[in-house]
Amino acid sequence: MRVEQFLHHSAAHAPAKTALVAGATRLSYAECAQKSAALAATLQHLGVKRDDRVLVFMDNAAEAALAIFAVLEAGATFSPINASTKADKLAYIVGNCRPRAILTQKKLAPIATEASAGKDIALLVAGTPEWEAALAETVPVAPHGGIDSDLAMLIYTSGSTGRPKGVMMTHRNIDAASASITTYLENTPDDIILNVAPLAFDYGLYQLLMAVRLGATLVLEKSFAFPAAIFETMRREKVTGFPLVPTMAAMILQMRDLVPGALPDLRYITNTAAALPEEHIQRLRALFPGARLYSMYGLTECKRCTWLPPTELDRRAGSVGIAIPNTEAYVAADDGAPVAAGVIGELVIRGPHVMQGYWENPTATAERLRPGRNPWEKVLFTGDLFYADAEGFLYFVGRKDDIIKTRGEKVAPKEVEAVLHAHPGIAEAVVVGVPDPVLGQAVKAIVVRTDPALGEGDVIRHCARALEDFMVPKAVEFRTELPKTDTGKVSRRLAAASLEFT
Amino acid sequence: MTTPEAISDAIRAFIVENFLFGDTSQDLGDDVSLIEADLVDSTGILELVAFVEERWGIAVKDADIVPANFDSIGRIAAFVGKRAGLSQAA
Repeated sequence: MRVEQFLHHSAAHAPAKTALVAGATRLSYAECAQKSAALAATLQHLGVKRDDRVLVFMDNAAEAALAIFAVLEAGATFSPINASTKADKLAYIVGNCRPRAILTQKKLAPIATEASAGKDIALLVAGTPEWEAALAETVPVAPHGGIDSDLAMLIYTSGSTGRPKGVMMTHRNIDAASASITTYLENTPDDIILNVAPLAFDYGLYQLLMAVRLGATLVLEKSFAFPAAIFETMRREKVTGFPLVPTMAAMILQMRDLVPGALPDLRYITNTAAALPEEHIQRLRALFPGARLYSMYGLTECKRCTWLPPTELDRRAGSVGIAIPNTEAYVAADDGAPVAAGVIGELVIRGPHVMQGYWENPTATAERLRPGRNPWEKVLFTGDLFYADAEGFLYFVGRKDDIIKTRGEKVAPKEVEAVLHAHPGIAEAVVVGVPDPVLGQAVKAIVVRTDPALGEGDVIRHCARALEDFMVPKAVEFRTELPKTDTGKVSRRLAAASLEFT
Repeated sequence: MTTPEAISDAIRAFIVENFLFGDTSQDLGDDVSLIEADLVDSTGILELVAFVEERWGIAVKDADIVPANFDSIGRIAAFVGKRAGLSQAA
């Protein structure tokens, strides 16, 4: 099934039901279907054809949800871009996937304009008269002939090489992943899901896709900066589902006046992106006694890998569980053969949710997608080290590469180092993740400066001009030399080890 | 001592120092939304709250940490003025 059919079906079943609440905006399923179809017709009028790429460069606004479905409705492929992306990186993505159009919002339009300068790319900005006219378009969407084997989205993820890679997902991939996840969460059309995760992050994006698939209601928020205000919204909207990342859990647990049962309608909480400390799991369960807590693990390349049934939480709080329904997950040796319980190896994922590869990057694709059980299929090597217990429950051990997980987002040290090296006052730099109680890991830069006047603030400011917020180092340490291996190569591992003793 | 301007200036200086790393080129007017303009990230608001509590000796409740009190320099200054005034009167 194609993903825009989720919206068609829900709009046909319950046209008057609230699909989306975003700030002061409330949209019914009928309104969402009408507006995204109108926007789709406008996109076609602007020259967007089947399989063209369209960037959706917005924060968590109602317009972003409409834009995503509009792109699919037009037969094209959407790519959701984090709203804190700077012009240089956006220009890289534009060059990489050559979009036909960019849908954005007023505050981001200058960045989109800069990144697409000199290229034949249509720009449509939410909140402008052109946007309003697009939503009022009455010309029907032209048939495009697309089927569910076509690409639905390209979602860019940080790679260890330092350049973002576009993960290719077909409609069928999304259909499979969303069917599997809504099965184990036991979602129903009565669910009301509150999402603050960015729609450019697959965890946030899938809250939208799954809510529309179910005919449920999505309450979309832009930020978790004010947890008390979010909780007020949750009480008012009678929210039943609350997806978290560990940083949000840490912020909730820092609240002082929260009493158990403050969210009486809450049916489930999910956590992914990084493991919750066991103490946080216990405190969350005490605060929200009526809610089941799901520990999950996944990566953009297959959306979600595993889930821990909440009934197992007391026995194996440190586990991320078992393969999600209709998929397989196993620990493998370097040759790809499954290993015995207790043995550490690389987690391998098999199933209909596994990506088609990285956009125009066969080398990186071949590293992750390798021959599998049958001659006609590929399985996903996750790059994450795991072991399984005797009953098959999986435990995360660490990553095979140096990717840092901070605030639930992946940061490639090389991407940050490339920006540091571009500073004229910096000779050498290495970037590592250091433990942080709220962020999980904090990005830290170790720098050898040639300009003695260069301070920590200068370095951070320089990074903030080029990198998304979550990639900007939280701390900078100056040294006269960087830790190197015997062969003279700067070593991130030795750098991280050297910090443990400081 | 705690004139509205003095409070605003102290908050502005804290934001420049801790969130903008000395960058004074950004618009930090009293009415600019700190979150919408990406001046302070989601965990930064809690740092601002801690600063306000320590600097002006105010006890901030969870229910106070809402956009109406903390999403712009002007709103924080008004909140501090109101609370600091109350505690002096008490």
